[in-house]
This record gives sequence, C-alpha cells and structure tokens, in this order.
Amino acid sequence: MSPYVIFFAAIFTNNIALTYFLGMCPFIAVSRDLKTATGMGIAVIFVMSLTALFAWPVYHWLLVPYHVQYLQLVSFIIIIAALVQVVEMIIERFSPTLYINMGVFLPLITVNCAILGLALFMILRNYSFIQSMAYAVGSGIGWLVVIVAMAGIRTKLVFAKVPKALEGPGITMIIAGLMALGFMGFAGIVNLQ
Amino acid sequence: MIPWTAIVVLSAVAGGLGVVLAVLDRYLGTYGECKIYINDNEPLVVQGGNSVLQYLIDHKIFIPSACGGRATCGFCKLKVLEGGGLVLPTETPFLSKDEIRQGVRLVCQVKVKQDVRLLIPEAYLRVQRFRTQVAAIEDLTHDIKRIVLKLIEPDTIECKPGQYIQFEVPGTNEFRAYSMASPPSWKHAIELIVRLVPGGLCTGYIFNRLQEGDEIYITGPYGEFYLREDSQRDILCVAGGSGVAPIKSIITHLFEQGTTRRVTYFFGARAVKDLYFYRECLELARQHPNFTYIAALSAMDPGDQWEGETGFIHTVIDKRLDSCANMEAYLCGPPVMIDAVIEVLKRKGMSESCIYFDKF
Ligand SMILES: Cc1cc2nc3c(=O)[nH]c(=O)nc-3n(C[C@H](O)[C@H](O)[C@H](O)COP(=O)(O)OP(=O)(O)OC[C@H]3O[C@@H](n4cnc5c(N)ncnc54)[C@H](O)[C@@H]3O)c2cc1C
Ligand code: FES
Repeated sequence: MSPYVIFFAAIFTNNIALTYFLGMCPFIAVSRDLKTATGMGIAVIFVMSLTALFAWPVYHWLLVPYHVQYLQLVSFIIIIAALVQVVEMIIERFSPTLYINMGVFLPLITVNCAILGLALFMILRNYSFIQSMAYAVGSGIGWLVVIVAMAGIRTKLVFAKVPKALEGPGITMIIAGLMALGFMGFAGIVNLQ
Repeated sequence: MIPWTAIVVLSAVAGGLGVVLAVLDRYLGTYGECKIYINDNEPLVVQGGNSVLQYLIDHKIFIPSACGGRATCGFCKLKVLEGGGLVLPTETPFLSKDEIRQGVRLVCQVKVKQDVRLLIPEAYLRVQRFRTQVAAIEDLTHDIKRIVLKLIEPDTIECKPGQYIQFEVPGTNEFRAYSMASPPSWKHAIELIVRLVPGGLCTGYIFNRLQEGDEIYITGPYGEFYLREDSQRDILCVAGGSGVAPIKSIITHLFEQGTTRRVTYFFGARAVKDLYFYRECLELARQHPNFTYIAALSAMDPGDQWEGETGFIHTVIDKRLDSCANMEAYLCGPPVMIDAVIEVLKRKGMSESCIYFDKF
C-alpha cells in the first residue's frame, strides 16, 4: 500500500482516536482550551514520529535478527518513555508556558495507549520503514485534528446549557462519540489492514 | 537457561536511549551562565539548568527543605522578584493567593534559566552546616532516643529556644528536621529527641546504625517556632510524643534566665512506658512556684500505676485552665493534637496570634 494512502487513511478513515478510541485520557482532559490542545497535539505528532523512527529499526534490526520479538512490548515502552523525556526537554526549553499548561499530561504521554498502539499496529501490519513513518505522522496529525476539533467544540460549549450531570468529561465523551460517527463517513474510502 | 540475547538486546536499547538523552540534556538542559542576586549582595554566578534550591545549597545557603526538593513539604518558600517564570502546578497547593501575588515561590521548583533576583530572610543566611560527633545516644523510652551531638566545625551555634536543625542521613541525599531540645546556652552541642517511625529512613538509621563517636552533618538553625522573649504574657506549653524537644528547650531557657512569667506545661502521652523527663519536670516544679507540670495519659496499658490526669491532652487543658486571655501558647506534636488544642484555646479566649506551633 502506498505511503500516501496510509498517511491519509491514518488521519481520516483509521483515526487512532476516533476509530480505535486510543489516547482518550489526554483527549478528554487537555481539550478544554484550543492552545493547549494544539500543543498537546503537536507533542503527540512528535512523539509518534520519533517512536516509529526508533521502534521500527529496533524491532527489525535488533529484535528480529536475535529472535527476541517477545521483547517488543518492553522495548517499545522504554523507547516511548525516553522519547517523552526528549519532548519534555524541548518544550520546557522553547515554550515554558505550554509546558506549564500541559502540566502532568506531558509526562503522561508515556502511558498514552495511542503511542504504544501505533508502534504495535505498525509491526502487526508489517509496514516497511517508509510506510511506518507515514502511518506515524498521519496518526499524529489525525490525533491533533480531532483534539483541536474537540477543543473548538468545547470552547463553544461554554455557552451551551449542558445538563449538570453531564458537564465536563461526560459531555466530552458524548461529543467524542458523535465525532466518531461523523468520521465513520470516511470509512468507505480506504481501509488499512 | 539464561536468556543472554534478550538481556543484551534490552540493555542495548536502554543504553542507546540513555546516550541520546544524555546528549540532548547537554544541549537543551543547560542555560549558560546565569546570575542569582540575593538581597543586595554580590550575585552568585552559576551554570543554569538546576533549581534555585540546589544552587543555594551548593553555595552553602541553607533554606528549610524537609522533603529534599520534591514539592511535598512546602518549606522552601522565598520571594522571587525576577526571573522565576510562571508558578508551576506543583507549587500552587502550598501558596496562598496573597503569596502568589507577592512572588513567593517554592524555590525547589524554580529552575534557573536566566538571571534571578531573590529575597532571603537574614535568618536563613545565618544558617550553617555543622560537622558534629555523636557524644551520647541513649533510650528515653521504648521508642524514643536522646542524642547529643557535639559541634566540631564550626564549633558554636547561635539559636533561639524552639528552633530545629536538619539531619543529613549519611549515604543519602535525604535530610529530616529535628527540634533542638537543648537550650541556647549549650553553645557547643545540641540535644535531639527522636521517636522511631516504623519503616522510617532517618529514624531507622538513628535507631539501628548510629553510634557514639559517629560523625554527622547537620544544618540549622531553622524555624519560626521559638520563644518570644520580649513578651510578658504567661506561657502555656503543650507537647505530645516526641514534641517534647522544643518545649524542653524553651522551658530550660526560661528558668535559666530566671523568668517570673507563669509557665504551665501539659504533656500528653499514651501510657506509663511513654513518660520521659517526668521526674525532672516534677523536680523543676518543686523548685519554681511559677512552674506547673501536668502529664496526662490517653491509652494506659493494663497494670499501669497512674494517679494523674487521663484522656486526650486537649480535654485535660479544657478542664484545668479557666481563661487563657493573658497567655501565649507553644504547641508541639502531631497535627491532630495541635488542631484539637487550638480549638480549646480559642474557645477560652486566646487570640490566634498568640498561638505558636510546630506540627510533626
Ligand atoms: C519542624 C519539624 C521538627 C521536627 N522535630 C522532630 C523531633 O524533635 N523529633 C522527632 O522524632 N521528629 C521530629 N520531626 C519529624 C522528623 O522530621 C521526621 O519526619 C520523622 O523522624 C520521620 O523520619 P523518617 O526518615 O524516619 O521517616 P520517613 O522515611 O520520612 O517516613 C516513613 C513513613 O512514615 C510516615 N511518617 C513520617 N513522619 C511521621 C510521623 N511523625 N508520624 C507518623 N508517620 C510519619 C511517612 O509518611 C512515611 O510513610 C520534626 C519535623 C518537623 C517538620
Ligand atoms: S523542598 Fe520541600 S517543597 Fe521545596
């Protein structure tokens, strides 16, 4: 499958947040404000691309040749943890405000299932290196797109009369569900296997 | 069979990433030369990237920091006038709105990335690090020890009765606060009273490893909990458990100075086996008509011979004191005890500004 197709599919038809519901915790928690959401989205793109960049060679050049594929999960988790540190350092250095706004959610990308999901999918689907990179960048952008859309909707929601019991995460989950239904409209175009 | 390949491969992955992080940290984590201006003194010149607290410790300026910089004690508050950046979410639980407005920060959380301007109270600048030697260590009760540290370098300490020092646990970067039980007249040594906390790091060290002759480093003196000597009000002291230490220092100091203020001392313990300095206090009360000592036990062991007060110390205070209007109080012990005592004292007319306490 062409890397372009994978790239667009990762954004729309196989959006990691809305078709797999991965990475929900920051998606719900950090989508209150457009700027923070954008920052978080960019951080996720960054971590995803870096993860693919490191995880693919580690898997294919280290784990496969030495027949220790069963170390896949541990290795990927170590890789993600280290990369999140890298991103944290970069953000702290270049945008202290963003760093503070993201607060605890920045280190939490480490345990973000979307990132691990991405790494596992790319191995499961036997992607080449180029395909993996396209998938990673695409998934990152896809996640950014939906969290920014969600933040946009939520800033409007401030003016809406939300039933008390549904305020905050409750209504956000419902909106996420509706958005997922919307994204299903893209599903017929291509499908990643 | 040992899965050597797995170990080697995993180590390679982790090691490789470690190298990447170390290299990046060299480029991203350093901020070049920064200056830390303190009050009106010459600035400290440092290589940015670490916390303000760390640089202050490096330059032998000791700010109280009982948690070692993990933002859990809230002790390391200083006014940062310039260059501190925004208040972090880790700090907000410890800062009031007023403090935030005035620029108060937890300096263990403030990273030096540019020139920083700080205000440090003069008292902190007088804090020193002492090399000491254990001159005595003995049991007071089954779980409380008395320790005397002889000061070696520097060999004298200036302190107020009630203040505390920080004990550096050898072989770690951890330190813990302990109140001085000795009066300020002990210039060349200090006395501590330490209660064993099961599983505790520092008290575990003190109870299991520390011996006479060992060298220990401490910093001090610290603390806003000290005897107000310019006041003429009568004094109420309340101690629970190991909270005796600062109270002992205050009372010893008062009678060394030949005070004429009335001093009443309530001590709360659980059982007879937890009583210590009991005879000493009774003797002091016999010699000085203006000193009253009342000990109360709250959870006596079967078979304890005890004629005195029983119950929690705040109920005993409630029973024994009429009005507290012309008194000031020094309370030291566990937080629940202090809160309960403060309730009683306020009800009996003591103004909150006359109540001083150390919770631990
Ligand atoms: C200003 C000040 C003065 C102090 N003066 C004295 C003193 O004179 N004598 C004295 O014995 N202690 C004093 N303390 C308490 C002392 O600093 C330590 O917290 C205590 O000795 C435990 O240290 P640790 O390293 O043994 O235990 P840690 O390893 O710190 O703690 C082990 C576990 O015990 C819990 N724990 C810690 N402290 C207590 C406690 N006091 N009661 C119950 N659980 C606890 C912790 O939450 C942790 O789970 C003072 C504290 C302060 C802030
Ligand atoms: S050192 Fe404890 S909060 Fe800063």
